[in-house]
Amino acid sequence: MAIATEPLTEIAVAEKRRGYWGTVGKRLTRDPVSMICAGMLGLIFLAAIFAPYLGLPDPYQGSMIRRLQPFGTAGHPLGTDELGRDMLSRLIHGGRLSLLIGILPVFNAFIIGTLLGVIAGYNGGWANSAIMRTIDVFYAFPSVLLAIAISGALGAGILNSIVSLTIVFIPPIARVAESVTTSVRNLDFVDAARASGAGAMTIMRVHVMGNVLGPIFVYATSLISVSMILAAGLSFLGLGTRPPQPEWGLMLNTLRTAIYVNPWLAALPGVMIFAVSIGFNLLSDGLRSAMDIRN
Amino acid sequence: MLESTKDMGGPRQSLLSIKGLRKHFPVGGGLFGKKQVVRAVDDIDFEVAKGETLGIVGESGCGKSTTARLLMHLIAPDAGTIVYDGEPVGPSLSLRELRRRMQMVFQDSYASLNPRLTIEDSIAFGPRVHGEPNQDARALARDLLNRVGLKPETFANRYPHELSGGQRQRVNIARALALRPRIVLLDEAVSALDKSVEAQVLNLLIDLKRDFGLTYVFISHDLNVVRYISDRVLVMYLGEVVEIGPVDEMWANPRHPYTAALLASMPTLDPDARTQEAPLAGDPPNPIDPPAGCRFHTRCPFAEEICASTRPRLSTVDTAHAVSCLMYEPGSGHSRATGTRALQFEVVS
Amino acid sequence: MKPVVSVRDLTVSFHGERTVHAVNGVSLEVRQGEVLGLLGESGSGKSVTMRALMRLLPRKRTRIAGSIEVDGRDVLAMKDDELSAMRGKVVSMIFQEPALALDPVYTIGAQIAESVVRHEGKSMAEGRERALEMLERVRIPSPKRRLDAYPHEMSGGMRQRAMIALALACKPKILLADEPTTALDATVQIQILLLLRELQAEMGMSVIFVTHDLGVAVEICDRVSVMYAGKVAETGTLANLVRDPRHPYAQGLLSSTVLGARRGERLTTIPGAPPSLSQPPQACSFEPRCRFAVASCAIQRPPEVDLGERRMARCIFAEKTASEKIASLQPTPA
Repeated sequence: MAIATEPLTEIAVAEKRRGYWGTVGKRLTRDPVSMICAGMLGLIFLAAIFAPYLGLPDPYQGSMIRRLQPFGTAGHPLGTDELGRDMLSRLIHGGRLSLLIGILPVFNAFIIGTLLGVIAGYNGGWANSAIMRTIDVFYAFPSVLLAIAISGALGAGILNSIVSLTIVFIPPIARVAESVTTSVRNLDFVDAARASGAGAMTIMRVHVMGNVLGPIFVYATSLISVSMILAAGLSFLGLGTRPPQPEWGLMLNTLRTAIYVNPWLAALPGVMIFAVSIGFNLLSDGLRSAMDIRN
Repeated sequence: MLESTKDMGGPRQSLLSIKGLRKHFPVGGGLFGKKQVVRAVDDIDFEVAKGETLGIVGESGCGKSTTARLLMHLIAPDAGTIVYDGEPVGPSLSLRELRRRMQMVFQDSYASLNPRLTIEDSIAFGPRVHGEPNQDARALARDLLNRVGLKPETFANRYPHELSGGQRQRVNIARALALRPRIVLLDEAVSALDKSVEAQVLNLLIDLKRDFGLTYVFISHDLNVVRYISDRVLVMYLGEVVEIGPVDEMWANPRHPYTAALLASMPTLDPDARTQEAPLAGDPPNPIDPPAGCRFHTRCPFAEEICASTRPRLSTVDTAHAVSCLMYEPGSGHSRATGTRALQFEVVS
Repeated sequence: MKPVVSVRDLTVSFHGERTVHAVNGVSLEVRQGEVLGLLGESGSGKSVTMRALMRLLPRKRTRIAGSIEVDGRDVLAMKDDELSAMRGKVVSMIFQEPALALDPVYTIGAQIAESVVRHEGKSMAEGRERALEMLERVRIPSPKRRLDAYPHEMSGGMRQRAMIALALACKPKILLADEPTTALDATVQIQILLLLRELQAEMGMSVIFVTHDLGVAVEICDRVSVMYAGKVAETGTLANLVRDPRHPYAQGLLSSTVLGARRGERLTTIPGAPPSLSQPPQACSFEPRCRFAVASCAIQRPPEVDLGERRMARCIFAEKTASEKIASLQPTPA
């Protein structure tokens, strides 16, 4: 019998024992841009997590005589803020809150939005219309305005700003989830699974989820940067964290007045926000191309 | 291991008996636009005998693939009954059970395998759904890989993108067999393959049919392949059956003008006998708004006034040969319908 | 007679995340008014060869070596403006999907007229006149009305006719056809083949016709080159190739066809699958699948054996016919 047992190419053999995510991981580590971003983000995260143990000066301890010191001042490598608090310490401590209110809303929205989107996409018809049209209502408002409105209604505070940002991010994630699910649902392997007598839940679990989570995840990571900036914006407006807590958006706000005295100092929290958001953006780009293993 | 289902009505009872199958897809329209329907499949009847291979041919948009999906109930039919070995689907045969006894292989070998599952998991999925213990399902998958000519130790843990098109189609065939069906619908299953690979897969299909005692419904646009593999052929045009009969007889003596034209349109392999004139002019009409009466009358060289208004019925011209054309209905009003049923066409080839 | 298209030792490789040696030493020759078929399976390099002729391959990732002469000019040495002057004027191309070649936002008439204006310096009115003439020539019904139709308003066969009209509007010397009938229905395919045959004879152009379908090749080609793994395995007249193929791959391809086979009987197949093209071939690429292979086939590249009458087969056994090859297998017990 003529059997197609072609000689295996070396690539195929090398990839054989690695699963899909293994292959993706391998491809991601080969991308220098993604690796630099991952390294930078990792450093910022570690610093934020271990901030109390790094032997930094107290971020709340100010000194009226040492206000707005420039970079390189003895004991304050990045200078001091408008109340004479150590900038390096405040930036590192500030990462704890800033990262939390940047990432947590996206994580929450990822779970809720994916659930809604997958249900709408897989079932189609009536369920789809109900879910997607409701979500469209949220699209009528610009995201910044929506976040401010919800935060304003709920009142200032960290928890409330997380809730409001979660609500802001559910619609875009659900919409992406719905469109990815719809396209996967129309592929023949889903029909083949239906043809083998499997129920909707089994098909969603085995065949749909595995194929939609990746793309939705990539999209969600790209939202982290937006979330960081929105969270900073809320704090800036006084709707998020409150002084004297160190948080990048809030710091940007309070240092505003110092912009004519020491502009570089005032820009530092902005630099942090920029670095984290661009890091997540480039990383999600890298992840997207690494996941496209067919080419 | 799952048992193949027992034969019920004896060898003479049709394995599948389809009556009045219909599917109209709504298109466009939207909120305010005019509602239109594609008459994808329009009241078709046919039988599939036990152990035979029924070929279904026709051009794109004729409804042959929709027919396969309707048989599997992947699309819900608008009307019609499907009887499987004497048991009507619905009242006495559940969908889940029907789908175990009837399986399908799709054209696109890549799209029909989950890219995140290993080959083994893809094949074992069906048996697991039907309650097979994990270990047995895996063993079955490996056994089937062997049967379709893929070494389990090399292929079981691979992913679809690591296989060639021919290998993937073998996997799809193995997956279809995993539930021990008696009938397999092959929807353009070899059409996307290169010729040399196509021949390998056709050989495999013939071996499997013999080994597992299968019945095939083989859907294809490639008339040469259909002729090679089928016992009987069903010709579709714009959602209707125009002719059904034994393959050799149909090739030797096509009754419907469309069948004759389709056969004459096949490129020749003889450099000295090239086709000199195209049998039909123009493209097939749009199935959204098919012509009234006989749907073929707009392209038919024998069309008369009556053809534009009267819809022909599928009527028997020989014991096993039926055709849907007014020229074969005595007294239909067509000038060629003289009552003799032995009208013949010259096939240019 | 000087050939209109002459390709010598063309190699094309793609470099990126993976390297693919798509074309590995192809030589072709097309004379005035001749239809050459490039017959091969997917990955045989037939489409890449065609695109190299037009220099349509992505420049960054592609390495091209060898020589391509079209109408006496070296295509590989051409600058961008020379290339665009050649494309559409001297050489035209038609594709499998007319959607890729026709611009969806312009009417058919405007696209043809624009091409005439650009290449021949005619006025827009003259261009439209030519467009109408071309639509009549490709036998599009009610051509006047179709002049103002957009591609999406036409059926598949009609679009293909429109693309042919566009390709032939400037009376090119050479037409490259890349599987132009593959996506069409059987009854439409034969119409397009006959149309191309007729137009070719009328206009006296040379055609290179890429196809994977032997039947299609028989309907339209004068000569055929069978390609395998980026090389020409065999070249000859259509009749020679169909009746007396000499390369084992061509022989296998002809015998594995379902056409002559008896129903239910196993087909003779070529075992295995084409090689990976990640390395340039060092020996005969067909050797792993060849039933006539001998030890030397796996070591050295087979020579191009000239069989006379512009006939060539790349096989050390090219002198033997199929039945002679099979006979020679008999004495050695299998």
